[in-house]
Amino acid sequence: MAKDRSNDLSFTEYQVADNGLLDRRLFLKRGLQFGAISTLASSTALASTTKSKTEAVTDFNPISPEWMKKMGAPFSTYGVPSKHEDSVLRFPTQNESVPGNGVSWTPLHLMEGTITPNGLHYERHHNGVPQIDPKKHTLLIHGLVKNDLTFSIDDLLRYPMESKICFIECGGNSNAGWNKQPSRSEAGYFNGMASCAEWTGVPLSVLLDEVGLRKKAKWIIAEGADAFAMQMSIPIEKAIDDAFLALYQNGERIRPENGYPLRLIVPGWEGVLNVKWLRRLKISNRPVMARNETSKYTELQPSGKSRMFTFVIEAKSLITSPSANMLLKEAGLYQITGLAWTGRGKIKQVDVSADNGKTWAQAELQEPVLDRSFTRFRLPWNWNGKPATIKSRAIDETGYVQPERSELVAERGRHGFFHYNAITNWHIDSDGFVSHVYDKDENETTDSNNSIDSGWD
Amino acid sequence: MTKMKMKQLILITVLIAAGTSSLFAESKKGPDLGKSVSPEEITGWEISVFPDGEGLPKGEGSVEEGEKIYQQQCIVCHGENGLGETADQLAGAQMGLTSEYPEQTIGTYWPYATTVFDVIRRSMPMTAPSSLNDNEVYSVTAYLLYLNNLIAKNDVMNSESLPKVKMPNESGFINVYEKEKQR
Repeated sequence: MAKDRSNDLSFTEYQVADNGLLDRRLFLKRGLQFGAISTLASSTALASTTKSKTEAVTDFNPISPEWMKKMGAPFSTYGVPSKHEDSVLRFPTQNESVPGNGVSWTPLHLMEGTITPNGLHYERHHNGVPQIDPKKHTLLIHGLVKNDLTFSIDDLLRYPMESKICFIECGGNSNAGWNKQPSRSEAGYFNGMASCAEWTGVPLSVLLDEVGLRKKAKWIIAEGADAFAMQMSIPIEKAIDDAFLALYQNGERIRPENGYPLRLIVPGWEGVLNVKWLRRLKISNRPVMARNETSKYTELQPSGKSRMFTFVIEAKSLITSPSANMLLKEAGLYQITGLAWTGRGKIKQVDVSADNGKTWAQAELQEPVLDRSFTRFRLPWNWNGKPATIKSRAIDETGYVQPERSELVAERGRHGFFHYNAITNWHIDSDGFVSHVYDKDENETTDSNNSIDSGWD
Repeated sequence: MTKMKMKQLILITVLIAAGTSSLFAESKKGPDLGKSVSPEEITGWEISVFPDGEGLPKGEGSVEEGEKIYQQQCIVCHGENGLGETADQLAGAQMGLTSEYPEQTIGTYWPYATTVFDVIRRSMPMTAPSSLNDNEVYSVTAYLLYLNNLIAKNDVMNSESLPKVKMPNESGFINVYEKEKQR
């Protein structure tokens, strides 16, 4: 049983749902009086049990720290994170014979806010990261157009640009959720094939205007300059509506692993359509039926039929802290925080439950809530030291409600692999250890082969 | 109306007229830096193959030749007889798509034979992509279709025969995007 600090202060008047969920304005209401407690909460920390370096250090003098007694380090030409943050890393999982075929997960559970730093943006490559010299890179736009045209990167840098903050999520993100047993990975390491950045580039409509679309133009086939020559078909109306050719990511030129020098961005649609290292746009009257839109990125249903062209990312939320493999050292006040996003517009509401879905409270949404972007939610929680299951549920502006896992599996079976967006439960045991659990009625018996991951080929 | 306002109104009208004369009323205007390319220049660039065979090159390949290439270049990852190793299983499915452990192979899952040619030519083998010539790609495609009992051992694959190969799961897909649009 964890030491109980939950009774040090009485929060009953602020309770908004059962098992200690408190009014989202609690921190504002208590104001300064609350300062001491919030310091306590952050220093007792939601430390990952695997990282001993987060253990408290006590043999130091806070009044006269050593770094105030000598000159600081000089300027740097390109800043890097503090050496004390060197465990905040992407987590790669790749094919054993083709190391460039795989993914690296964004450590969402170690991050706050909504913007993914460029070095932590998730990666999905089919055959590695091409090292492209932008002076030798050409974009071809051809097919059902009046003029087949090529553009150099220097050309494109002269075009009018727009910026958009938006998430990109791989269609295969969170696919461990289809497994019979809950994943034991940290939250980001099975849900972090989703990231959010500010992308800047040329609206595709400007270039389509220049080449002149013919009447029969219905699809664009986008192809990358990687060793896989990855291609995907995208409906022309999306291309005209809001797709753009990004040159910049969070203010700097796109990182090689995210598509340098040119990436197609299709806001709110699954990651694979956001073709990296873009080299060719073929305008067609039909989709090409590429490998990645037929044999992959399609979802086999219980009927034996498969869902195809499932472009839009449906609403999803995830509590990033407390989350799997963290430790709550004592009962008391904590902040539940997480991310929500939807490919259909803005997140309208995120509900949080601390009693496994019996009662719910509305979380505070961090402003500004942006279209097809990560939305940060937070809610104070007074943990009483007893076992509890916490979960979050996103609702988007279309009214769509994020499903429970049992609902999603009932509808789609377990072999779709892609587009898993169900609610995630975190269970906190009486020692404060957090782990991933399914709802009790979903705990299926273990068999010899419970993995359905087909791997990242 | 003041002269000033009149001028503004005319300006706005002109802008709207200019906007609608282009294809996308709201789109910004670029500096038109695109360079024209001839169809000949695009020939080598254009490698997409469509289900009806558009984009397939000249040449042909046999099952026998394909098996030889497969043993040298593909077997390491895709395993003996296409049964899968570190990479996807491509053939030899025992379980159907509605079973507890469905096997999604070329024979049970892929809707179009042309996709096999397309992905081999553009992406395979992973260690040396685009190293096979068109005849070799036709041959490996033929071998994989043969392993899936979709063609006979003596069948030759080329731009005529490949699009005609009947794929068992061609009608097994629901176009979710189209369905949503109609709603």
